[in-house]
Amino acid sequence: MAESHTTHAHTGLAHHFDNMEQQKEAGTLGMWAFLVTEVMFFGGLFMAYILYRASYPDAFASASSHLNWKLGAANTVVLIVSSLTMALAVYYSQIGNRKLLMAMLVLTMILGATFLVVKAFEYNDKYVHHLIPGFGFQWDGAGNPQNVQMFYWIYFAMTGVHALHMIVGLGIMAVILYMAKRGRFTPEYHSPVEISGLYWHFVDIVWIFLFPLLYLIGAHESH
Amino acid sequence: MAEHIVPIKTYVIIFLALMVLTVVTVLAATVDLGAFNTLVALSIAVLKATLVVLYFMHVRYSSRLTWVFVVAGLFWFGIMIAFTLSDYVSRPWIPVVSGQ
Repeated sequence: MAESHTTHAHTGLAHHFDNMEQQKEAGTLGMWAFLVTEVMFFGGLFMAYILYRASYPDAFASASSHLNWKLGAANTVVLIVSSLTMALAVYYSQIGNRKLLMAMLVLTMILGATFLVVKAFEYNDKYVHHLIPGFGFQWDGAGNPQNVQMFYWIYFAMTGVHALHMIVGLGIMAVILYMAKRGRFTPEYHSPVEISGLYWHFVDIVWIFLFPLLYLIGAHESH
Repeated sequence: MAEHIVPIKTYVIIFLALMVLTVVTVLAATVDLGAFNTLVALSIAVLKATLVVLYFMHVRYSSRLTWVFVVAGLFWFGIMIAFTLSDYVSRPWIPVVSGQ
């Protein structure tokens, strides 16, 4: 018993699983179960967006055209590239290339941090232009200011929660990078890389929806 | 059973598709299509999300049980939207009963 336990510790197989395949399947399913709760979590916010935009279409289009779609698009590209580097990180963990695995993790983290820095500049612009809802909100553009403020409530709630997920993602990647550095991953055992990747891609998907829904709805009217 | 390793080529193709679709989203938003602007934007976003889920997140190569989890999540999300909208959309259909 003690002997097999040592073997397990070496391969990364936890004692309550029969084999590596079962362990990987359980881990993947666990992460997907969590991601389903995340779909519900963001889903509520999307529901609020749908209802308020349906109620105040003109105010939402007007408010949206004040967002900098170029920064939004740039951040979309940054996140998609980070998803590619994340996918490559999983690939290099599968073939057992520790060096490139670590390089891809570092790239993913740099891109994630870049996203947050751009987001910070955007938030600062909203602060300078008195567009923080509830804190001296001012609006002299088209549309009812109350309804425009509703757009900005939803904008800050959705992008804020998304940014929080990015920050958590960076923390997770730091742990994975540390584990990779310690040589914890092998072609037989690399589930943590793969499962963390699922989370990272999910956060990317949320942004794939946020970008057109927040930044682009007034684009054909603002010229 | 050996683990399925997605080749780098597949990842790069999916990445390029996501980039092209991002450009299409931006271009489509600058054209006034009326109500169809939202439909086009959402369709492209759903397509991009599907590519990410199937290839980057390996669901295409995952077990049936993983599929069940993913589809169940989307199905429940659909229930929330459909039932909420059925309320909001149908409210004007019912005549308002005036109070005292």
